[in-house]
Amino acid sequence: MGIVSPGFQGRPRSSGPELPPGQYLTEDFPVLSAGPTPRVPMDRWEFVITTETSREHRWTWAELMALPSETPTVDLHCVTKWSKLGTTWQGVSLDTLMSDVDTAADYAFVHSYGGYTTNLPLADLLDGQAWVAYKFDGDDLAPAHGGPARLLVPHLYLWKSAKWVRGIQLRFDDEPGFWETAGYHDYGDPWREQRYQGD
Amino acid sequence: MARAAIPGRLTWRVGKLAEARAETPTARTLVLDVPGWPGHLAGQHVDVRLTAEDGYSTQRSYSIASSADGERVELTIQAVPDGEVSPYLVQTFSPGDPVELRGPVGGWFVWRTSGMDPVLLIAGGSGIVPLMAMIRARRAAGSRVPFRLIYSVRTPDDVYYADELRRRVRDDAGLDVTFVYTRAVPDGWPHPPRRVGVADVNTNGWPPALTPDCYVCGPTAFVETVADILVALGHDPRRVRTERFGPTGG
Amino acid sequence: MSDPHLDGNALAGPLRDVFAVDVTAATSRCASCGQVGAVAALHVYASAPGLVARCPGCEEVVLRMVRTPDAAWLDLRGAVSLRIPM
Repeated sequence: MGIVSPGFQGRPRSSGPELPPGQYLTEDFPVLSAGPTPRVPMDRWEFVITTETSREHRWTWAELMALPSETPTVDLHCVTKWSKLGTTWQGVSLDTLMSDVDTAADYAFVHSYGGYTTNLPLADLLDGQAWVAYKFDGDDLAPAHGGPARLLVPHLYLWKSAKWVRGIQLRFDDEPGFWETAGYHDYGDPWREQRYQGD
Repeated sequence: MARAAIPGRLTWRVGKLAEARAETPTARTLVLDVPGWPGHLAGQHVDVRLTAEDGYSTQRSYSIASSADGERVELTIQAVPDGEVSPYLVQTFSPGDPVELRGPVGGWFVWRTSGMDPVLLIAGGSGIVPLMAMIRARRAAGSRVPFRLIYSVRTPDDVYYADELRRRVRDDAGLDVTFVYTRAVPDGWPHPPRRVGVADVNTNGWPPALTPDCYVCGPTAFVETVADILVALGHDPRRVRTERFGPTGG
Repeated sequence: MSDPHLDGNALAGPLRDVFAVDVTAATSRCASCGQVGAVAALHVYASAPGLVARCPGCEEVVLRMVRTPDAAWLDLRGAVSLRIPM
């Protein structure tokens, strides 16, 4: 630990038993980004699930809007140590999107407009654990926060909730994504503090 | 945490605040004593790390304002509204308090006193800080390289080093300074507030034929606009060096 | 106008933690578009779980750096080469 700066407090924060280890509670919603915000015309936006046999399931924006949606309230945990509790979203469950998808794959490789990628086991996208979310706090999801739509997988660190999501590739192997190839954990469970490779 | 010192790698040093001077109502120059400071080039910066009692820590980068002077390092900090680090450094940090620094760092956005070509400095707001280090280094080295500074600020109250710049224009032969005010102008100013444009750089800069070294520093949008102007006027892009301070510039 | 970002000068400290020389004055060649320029001129996105430096020409990633408690991960696959002045 560095030397203490007398009188320095930093952003209002607290830790508590309801937070994963090493996290601080925040009331803000920090914007973290690895690049410029992608701008995707809505008439060209699509979401594609590609199976291990290259079969594609596609939705345009209108088709996504026509699907039954849910309004989950979830806690967010970012690997940079801030947590935001009780956030409200609207989106389509991955259970709905995967309902007609025939697959034997174990892993999902998620890719976004702008080139961001991340990976996680397919099982972590199912059973009410993940959504393609397009509203936050009652409003359309802002581009800085991943709008028009992002993946939301709150039981893992927030870097797995890919902003500007474009598609998911189902695979037999776990292919590391953008941050996973640069030192971050392949799974990323905040409750086991799996921040980095080897944790 | 003990870590074997690898020769050549930088480690964090501890400096102490010797004194502080207000530059404006919201900006302050910190005069730090840093034991073992190896010296620095004008244009380099330091990373400053603050740690709270619970171990939370955060870092920011600040350009060095002073020219090399033994173990003394000066930083000029602008308090950013809703900032996390700058309000502490401008309002709370007191003489005698310690602070961790890593530096000096940066080897590209520097002016060496051995330089011979004319120098054009263009500052947006707090972007003046590393450029002031260059002006101070020029004087300390007795350099006669012609320097022109175009300094863009919102209002006359936002000017850092106002008295010193006036004195240097008078006393440091070969330094010219032009101000551009973007929100409010001094009494008697010949025109209303406006942003730096092609005419300012054309009239108060150096012609490209003199192959000046150009340094542009300030908020990202300012730097990109001014760098584009320089290139459009015919300056060699390889002679235009930029340092972006992020959206708020401070 | 591109999104708010910093430039490669912001990499100077983190890279100096690892290398004994300043790397921001090095020139890099982008693996995507071939553009050559100073590392200091790369577009840097620093408010992320790591540092990401992108080519000012094509915005593809040139360099990434992540600090973990016991290591620095430096990914340079987006740079064909680095020329470091000695």
